[in-house]
Amino acid sequence: MNEIIGVLSFGTEGWGDELLQGAWLTIQLAVCAMLLGLVLGTLLAAGKLSGFKPLSWLCNGYTLLLRGIPEFLVILYVYFSADSIINAVLGYLVTDTEYQLPKFLAAVIGLGMVFAVYACEIVRGAFLAVPLGQIESANAIGMSHIQVLTRITFPQMIRFSIPALGNLWLIVLKDTSLAAVIALDELLRISKVAGETESAQLTFLLCAAAIYLLVTMISDVVRSIFERRAMRGVVGI
Amino acid sequence: MKLKSLLFIALSGITTVVNADKLRIATEGAYPPFNNIDSSGELVGFDVEIARALCKQMERDCELVAQDWDGIIPSLLNNKYDVIVASMSITDERKEKIDFTDPYYSNYLSVIASGHDVSMNNLGKKNIGAQRSTIGSQWVEDEFGSRASINLYDTLPAAFSDLKAGRIDAVIADYLPATEWLNENEGYIFIADKIDIGDSIGIGIRKGEDELRSALNKALEGILKKGVYEKISQKYFSTNIY
Amino acid sequence: MYLDLKYRLSDAVCSVSTLPNIESISSYCGRYIDGFIVTIELMLTTCLCGFILAIGIVAARVGKVAPLRWLAYIFSYVFRGTPLLVQLWVFYYGIGGLGAETLGPLWVFFSSAWAVGFLVLTLNHSAYASEILRGGIVNIDRGNADAAYTIGMSKIQALRRILLPQALRISWPAYGNELVLVLKGSALISTISVMDLMGQTRTIFARNYDLNAYAVAAILYLFLAGTISFFIYCVERRLNKPYR
Repeated sequence: MNEIIGVLSFGTEGWGDELLQGAWLTIQLAVCAMLLGLVLGTLLAAGKLSGFKPLSWLCNGYTLLLRGIPEFLVILYVYFSADSIINAVLGYLVTDTEYQLPKFLAAVIGLGMVFAVYACEIVRGAFLAVPLGQIESANAIGMSHIQVLTRITFPQMIRFSIPALGNLWLIVLKDTSLAAVIALDELLRISKVAGETESAQLTFLLCAAAIYLLVTMISDVVRSIFERRAMRGVVGI
Repeated sequence: MKLKSLLFIALSGITTVVNADKLRIATEGAYPPFNNIDSSGELVGFDVEIARALCKQMERDCELVAQDWDGIIPSLLNNKYDVIVASMSITDERKEKIDFTDPYYSNYLSVIASGHDVSMNNLGKKNIGAQRSTIGSQWVEDEFGSRASINLYDTLPAAFSDLKAGRIDAVIADYLPATEWLNENEGYIFIADKIDIGDSIGIGIRKGEDELRSALNKALEGILKKGVYEKISQKYFSTNIY
Repeated sequence: MYLDLKYRLSDAVCSVSTLPNIESISSYCGRYIDGFIVTIELMLTTCLCGFILAIGIVAARVGKVAPLRWLAYIFSYVFRGTPLLVQLWVFYYGIGGLGAETLGPLWVFFSSAWAVGFLVLTLNHSAYASEILRGGIVNIDRGNADAAYTIGMSKIQALRRILLPQALRISWPAYGNELVLVLKGSALISTISVMDLMGQTRTIFARNYDLNAYAVAAILYLFLAGTISFFIYCVERRLNKPYR
């Protein structure tokens, strides 16, 4: 028992502080990937809802592609190919300076690309869930398009999409562990390295699992608070 | 033009400029005693110290990064770093993609097994473990075919831990890390300790960077002459492995 | 014997196939098809066993025995609350790493990477599937169950004849999505040394450093995902037949 506490302690002897750093990086990664996924997802949804056929085909194609390919493969592909693409574009634009995409951002982009597909469905679903009648009546009392969007559509979309967004957040959080395969020192990789070094793999991996579970539980609580807040003013069923 | 500059700002905003003064060196970080990460999160090991010594000799600023073995060559090609000092064998397949400096030590393959019922004669029928995309894994595949029972692992410690657990009967590894592991784990033996496949370990760089290569070669010569190399080697292996 | 059959099959496929005529790719055809078959194997066994296990978990969760209910809840929460990759590594490197002596008879199972991969994928899949199916049951009109009990059905009978078929119909689209997720998740078992499609692809990439290696794998995965989606669509039509 003492041994276990020893290897998990903080400071230079134990791995406690490294694990926490890893966990923090995991959360940062999840937040960034989620934000990017939402932005891309909204664009995708807009593309799909737009009447412009080629655009909606393109967006549907993207969805189909990213749905069928393992996240693992997407992340590896982005990681290995992003730099050459970026440098090719930049080289064409102006400079000859070499740029590189940090590992962290490669992971964010890879994950974000995957989650855009999920986010797109959520945004689209929420948009379509707002009753058409409300939009028509808003138009009828003379609101402008922008006003309809900001006052009628968006507030309700947020309410409709909170449960799904909560789910998405949990999926993103768990899939950040995939970044371990591109050697980003997030929680899982640190645990693996520590376990191998200290010959105590079960201890460290269970520790990682416990941290993931803890973050999940906290997220669940936060989600239910948000849900309750968003349901304010809605007549109970 | 507006779109162009917008795109430029966007792209350069998320990327970092490669600092040409700083030499970026990659190592695996999961290959004790050559390169691994200690409990304070630092890279340590023979390769790491050699890399630092080379930088000192060249009087250049260096930055060491850890990179998984699988992606260590692709990322070099993608310019994520400039140099690989990670106990990499000089092979013809790799030479098609990257250049190597002069070798900085010689390597032999060895086979470790748990007991006496495994020998070089029946190895092909046993479960063999090796690290994915190493000279060892290639040797096994060339010897026994890709459909022999070969388990490929992302890191060497993962292969060793499966040998210890008993999932595989033998591990093919480079001689020195294998020796290190044997010293710490009782009950295992070499069934072949030094298979000479004429393998030498070099420093990997992108093709066409001849200036960098000659600088590294000169620095290697320097630390060999000054005795720095000998000192590092003695520290880790109690002998000069050059 | 079975292994032999697999290899023969993959050789046969490769002898007639027209994979992209890039030399660095086509010479690895055998590897791709070998891996492809392993992935399909895992998919089929996982989905089948996972589904059966999921029904058990659902029964426990809607049942009357409180400890079972809690156990099922904790099981599904833990497996849904941690990453699949972590689960794989805990089982394979963590528990499996304890070795033959500690694990005793369990070792026969834990000694095989394929078996551990199969076990973890199955447990993971059943946790998600049970949640989906439970959602379906909760959404069935309460009157259905009452009516079933009134005509004298036992709880099990009601579950089997009335509730589950309806739950399946309601939750089938979500269940179908989950099947695709199993396929995508199965790629992770390459990290515990199983040579599935992803494992073979990574080995190929490690030899030729050609990103096209991954593109070929992506096409094969897309093909599989497409097949699954088609299967889901066909079943969905059947399930909805009486309601049209």
